[in-house]
Amino acid sequence: MTRLVTHPIARFLARRLAYSAVVLFGVLVVVFALVHLVPGDPVRIALGTRYSPEAYDALRSASGLDKPIVEQFFSYIGSALTGDLGVSFRNGDPVTVILLERLPATVSLAVVGVVIALLIALPAGIWSALHEGRVSDAIIRVASQFGVSVPDFWMGILLIALFATTLGWLPTSGYQPLLDNPGGWLRHIVLPALTVGLVAGAIMTRYVRSAVLEVASMGYVRTARSKGLSPRVVTFRHTVRNALIPVLTITGIQLATILGGVIVVEVVFAWPGLGRLVYNAVATRDYPVIQGAVLLIAALFLLINLIVDALYAVVDPRIRLS
Amino acid sequence: MTTDTNPRVSSWRLLLSNPVTAASGAILVVIAIVALTANWIAPFGVNDVNVPDALQGPSGAHWFGTDELGRDVFSRVLVATQASLRVAVISVTFAVIVGVTIGVVSGYRGGWLDTIFMRVVDVMFAFPVLLLALAVVAILGPGVTTTILAIGIVYTPIFARVARASTLSVRVEPYVSVSRSIGTGHLYILGRHIVPNIAGPLVVQTSLSLAFAILSEAALSFLGLGIQPPQPSLGRMIFDSQGFVTMAWWMAVFPGAAIFVTVLAFNLLGDGLRDVLDPKQRTMIEARREQ
Repeated sequence: MTRLVTHPIARFLARRLAYSAVVLFGVLVVVFALVHLVPGDPVRIALGTRYSPEAYDALRSASGLDKPIVEQFFSYIGSALTGDLGVSFRNGDPVTVILLERLPATVSLAVVGVVIALLIALPAGIWSALHEGRVSDAIIRVASQFGVSVPDFWMGILLIALFATTLGWLPTSGYQPLLDNPGGWLRHIVLPALTVGLVAGAIMTRYVRSAVLEVASMGYVRTARSKGLSPRVVTFRHTVRNALIPVLTITGIQLATILGGVIVVEVVFAWPGLGRLVYNAVATRDYPVIQGAVLLIAALFLLINLIVDALYAVVDPRIRLS
Repeated sequence: MTTDTNPRVSSWRLLLSNPVTAASGAILVVIAIVALTANWIAPFGVNDVNVPDALQGPSGAHWFGTDELGRDVFSRVLVATQASLRVAVISVTFAVIVGVTIGVVSGYRGGWLDTIFMRVVDVMFAFPVLLLALAVVAILGPGVTTTILAIGIVYTPIFARVARASTLSVRVEPYVSVSRSIGTGHLYILGRHIVPNIAGPLVVQTSLSLAFAILSEAALSFLGLGIQPPQPSLGRMIFDSQGFVTMAWWMAVFPGAAIFVTVLAFNLLGDGLRDVLDPKQRTMIEARREQ
């Protein structure tokens, strides 16, 4: 037991876990404050034309907004930590259930998007770095700048116009669950995932390239080369393998960013994920759903960062010792 | 001092010697002039409805064609670019002022103030950019002011991180400790020694943030939560084009191209600036990892 606690990786992870807990608490404070920062009465605003004194009182007491604010805060934190995120202002459904229904669509889009991004970024970034200064490097760098600068919703619309409306190869929008209909799932996910993956791939290509270049300038790579190892061994065993460590971080950040950032792509492709849920909730002022979705996405972001840090500590001893 | 040894002059020379940076700077100057004069040079009114001329392709009269109501797409793109740049510049200026103040004070003072500021920044980083912007819109309601505030708030922590990280490295320089040892006031040290020496990474970050701010504004306007009609916006023009994209490609292509070219120019300029001003490349991602 003592050995476990004093193990550098365990100590490092304990520190990261404590840090994530502090940030999560801050996130909870922000999410709680969200509904209280609304100028005016959020329940009144949410009811809009459906307002009646009875409906108002019912919704206010159901959402706990009639209690003193300190009591509300502690009960919100307590409920949130046990998975109870309140009920929707719109239809009274539990927010946790709504979020769990939407999560698989967003996760599948983010994961397939990141896989596409890696399939682009790893070969392009490594090739670009190994051919630094050549024409192919310049072409890859320009292409990645283009990808970073394209609005994703615009690319999505153009992809729909080309592959769905004009050529008729793929559906324009919609979603099929993977387990119900794998073929339908694949046909529906290609265009949104390509939209997400092309942009993320462009960003990641730049990081792969600079990571490889940085490792290539290290002393041990020069040593490996000078002791007569073949270029292939130096490139792949010494350079690329070590460059993958920072690439791991940026992959994690991209995955987390996509999970919370595919709002517009989900709207374009009528993809029933968390992003479109947040969008609809903002439009209808459904504050408990907005709060729940924001909390879930921020918590996922922290979790992914924690996992990346843990993997990082395992593969790079310098991190956990610093 | 000769011009060759003056670092400021040689930086300008280095910047202009890179053809990509020089070209992107020139493109941005042209875009800025067009945006500033958009209301005068637009050939048609942005809301001049002319239904008989609806969905016309690009022509001598309508360079970018017309939309479903017969409005001139070229005129709308010009005026919408102006609105887009205005939102980006004001929101990034807000982020620079608030973020740099927090970052410099945090890095210079250290101690509990630094801890509190940086934990707040960490919390803000846990929210993806567009989600945080949507949360601000959910609180304040859609509109231009909200969009500016939302984007400003979203980019503030990035500037705080970059400014703090740079301040930490400048704070320990001999010229700062010498200045402090002879009794110079904190405000003077901050204004005279710290801020000028951390300007490089901040200028780079400003250029890159302007690019992202334009994309964020376009996304919010696309969702109907940013710039509101009758004021034209590039994001909303793309949204409106969705039903017509196969029969009137120009409705989607030109507003999107306007966003793309502007964002690309800011990104390329930022890259060029980084090579000259911030060789250590201490920008967003590095800043996000430093805790």
